[in-house]
Amino acid sequence: MNLQNILNDLESVDGEITDRLAHVSRRGLFSSLTRKAVAAAAPMVMASALTSAYGQGSGLPGNVVDVLNFALLLEYAESDFYNRGAASSSLMVPMEYREMFAQIRKHENAHVRLLKSVLGSQAIAMPRFDFTAGGAFPDVFSNFQTYAAVSQAFEDTGVRAYKGQAGNLRNAPAILEAALNIHSVEARHAARIRMVRGNKGWINDNQATGLPQPIYDGENTTHQLGIEIIGLTGKSRAEVTEAFDEPLSKDQVLAIAGAFLAK
Amino acid sequence: MEKLNLVSESPSRADGLGRRSFLRYAGGVAVIGSVLASCSAPDEVVSKTPTNDLSKYAGARISNGITVNLGSGELGILNYAYALEQLEAAYYEMVLKNPYSGMTAYERQLFNDLRAHEQIHRDFFKAALGSAAIPGLTPDFSGINFNQRSVVIDVARQFEDTGVSAYNGAGKFLQTEAYLITAGKIVSVEARHASVLSELQFPNGNAFAGDTPIDGNGLERSLNPGAVLAKVAPFIQETITSGLMA
Repeated sequence: MNLQNILNDLESVDGEITDRLAHVSRRGLFSSLTRKAVAAAAPMVMASALTSAYGQGSGLPGNVVDVLNFALLLEYAESDFYNRGAASSSLMVPMEYREMFAQIRKHENAHVRLLKSVLGSQAIAMPRFDFTAGGAFPDVFSNFQTYAAVSQAFEDTGVRAYKGQAGNLRNAPAILEAALNIHSVEARHAARIRMVRGNKGWINDNQATGLPQPIYDGENTTHQLGIEIIGLTGKSRAEVTEAFDEPLSKDQVLAIAGAFLAK
Repeated sequence: MEKLNLVSESPSRADGLGRRSFLRYAGGVAVIGSVLASCSAPDEVVSKTPTNDLSKYAGARISNGITVNLGSGELGILNYAYALEQLEAAYYEMVLKNPYSGMTAYERQLFNDLRAHEQIHRDFFKAALGSAAIPGLTPDFSGINFNQRSVVIDVARQFEDTGVSAYNGAGKFLQTEAYLITAGKIVSVEARHASVLSELQFPNGNAFAGDTPIDGNGLERSLNPGAVLAKVAPFIQETITSGLMA
């Protein structure tokens, strides 16, 4: 691996970091680091960009800390889930889906690193998870269908959870933007895993597709900003409900995610 | 008429299209070849992540001489979203009016869904904006060969990627919580579209959430309104201006 290759890697791994930090010279910052070191440093660089408006860590507004720790809890669950799935020798992921799960896992681990870096000493520790949900999914790490089902549950819930917190980040625009940047990634994951399970990528009505109903409660609304969309557009209920993803409150999300906390 | 005018083909356009398209594809192949040739390190995997270059589908840059100002502030952002949704809806209407040969039942259903969702978004923004809404825009798809499956899917995927980056970059300008949440309800659907189209274009890989739209922190890249409007300008006959952030 020569110097040019390392620089090329930095372009692909971290070009966006320096794009966001226009005052930092790319080569000045990164030229002496190896790729691995840069990958580890990336969330810290991003975190410092996100917290610079507030001072480090303790300067974050309290409501923002709460939202970020809530997000961190979900990302902990997702990353631990995919890490355990990847480590399970009894889980047979079909060949055509391996790169997909590796990509999702990469993102969830990156989200954990980033959120921990932003929160600093205020970050919650990772709790112990029970992905069988107390025995509801006993073969989650040995039966691919179960694994995929729980994956969809986490991804669709994650989309709804971030959406539900956006309003609480309006006083922190840089962090709001980062949260939105995670939110759409979770939606990409969700659509893909839904299709792997034979569903459409979008949520029709409040159909739970074999998952616990609370994950899809409220997805059947046809009103937006006080406008009745079916009447407005003449489109079907399926199309109208598919066209808008609905948020979940923090309490609704915790009720869903709580089932996966080890007792 | 505030509807998009889809019957805007000029007689001369079809003649020019073939040659321009050929040159573009020839250029594209040459670029791909040089990229592959440059990937010499044995430990590097050539990514199947799609690239973003809408400009190669720009047509003759037809202008109808009309200037549309989106405005500024929150209404400007909502009009910006309305403009993008108009473009996406018009695109899928065109795709289904001119289906490429060999369109599978799955693909037809997919484009039907996409068209419905974008029409719903478009009509919703128009209703929500009321008298503040910009007029209907006129698309210019003259540089897009709707007979070619790979082109149709590539443009669709890029429009969706662009839409996601636009909404992601616009959220910070929405201080009214209901507007922010509503934009959030739409952007995740656009991201679902982008995921499904990316998978259709590059199956069984990581393109559905690829390393082009998403950075090393697992964050999908945002674009500010000025950058997005520059990307979509070739596909709209009106000249769009705004008081939004470049």
